Amino acid sequence: MAVTMDAPSQAAPSRQGRSLHRFANPGRFLRLSKAVFPWLMACGWLITLVGLAWGFFYAPADWQQGDTSRIMYIHVPSAWLASAGYFSLAIASAVGLVWRHPLADVAAAEISPVGAGFTALCLATGSLWGKPTWGAWWVWDARLTSVLVLFFLYLGHIALVRAFDNPERGARAGAILALVGVVNLPIIKFSVDWWNTLHQPASIGLTGSPSIAASMLWPLLISVIGYTLVFAALVVARMRAAVMERRIRGLLMARATTDAATDQDAFA
Amino acid sequence: MTHFAFVATAYALGLGVPLAFTVAAMTRLRSAQRRLAAIDPRQRRGGGP
Repeated sequence: MAVTMDAPSQAAPSRQGRSLHRFANPGRFLRLSKAVFPWLMACGWLITLVGLAWGFFYAPADWQQGDTSRIMYIHVPSAWLASAGYFSLAIASAVGLVWRHPLADVAAAEISPVGAGFTALCLATGSLWGKPTWGAWWVWDARLTSVLVLFFLYLGHIALVRAFDNPERGARAGAILALVGVVNLPIIKFSVDWWNTLHQPASIGLTGSPSIAASMLWPLLISVIGYTLVFAALVVARMRAAVMERRIRGLLMARATTDAATDQDAFA
Repeated sequence: MTHFAFVATAYALGLGVPLAFTVAAMTRLRSAQRRLAAIDPRQRRGGGP
């Protein structure tokens, strides 16, 4: 059962989707996000600035790469957010496809531009790190190429969602693209293990101790947390704006319909 | 600092890109709030988002 943003559905959702519908109600989302958003944005920026200042001024330089390793404090968080952002886009798309909930469609539509921005940042900072380290701005390495494909997937999603007059059809087409593109995420993750690449393998993993000094690891973790909060705050802000814009369109259309009916009555 | 230009450019992008997104999102949000407040009857009753 599809639920429209402008006119709440009278039909009760299925039992499985009831809790989801309760928490994904646009009105409730606006109220909850109004309280959370300022804290999310302020904490995100504060933590990001602390992490970047720590990385730029106080963290030690790498013994081989020198100060270029300081690019890591931007490159690694943006690479993490490029993949994590796409994963969240895929989850929102799956929820939108299965439950046809408009808030999931709004989330997918608003995640992709932010994700594309952070993927572009990842590619740009990687290039700035690659030139002094490898002697080249770009190489057709498996990791770099798969991240470039991710960037194109984001751009494709942005274009596809906006390519239809009917927003629901655009959201559905974008959701299918997002779900198909998920196959690229393990390719990005394991590209450095599966192929002989110029890009270094992961320094931090879920299992095993990190192969990076603690004096570099702490500012890196702080930057990752800060950038993640900023990413979340940006998505929430864009979603709030999108929900309000949909409500404005609904009210204007309702007003136009009423005015047209009044004019017809006057001429009759 | 070795390769200062590369590091400085990366930091400028690392701050500039999220900052540009933040400014754009806040401007869009403020504009939507203002337009909604002008036409939504619920806003006039004080029950708006």
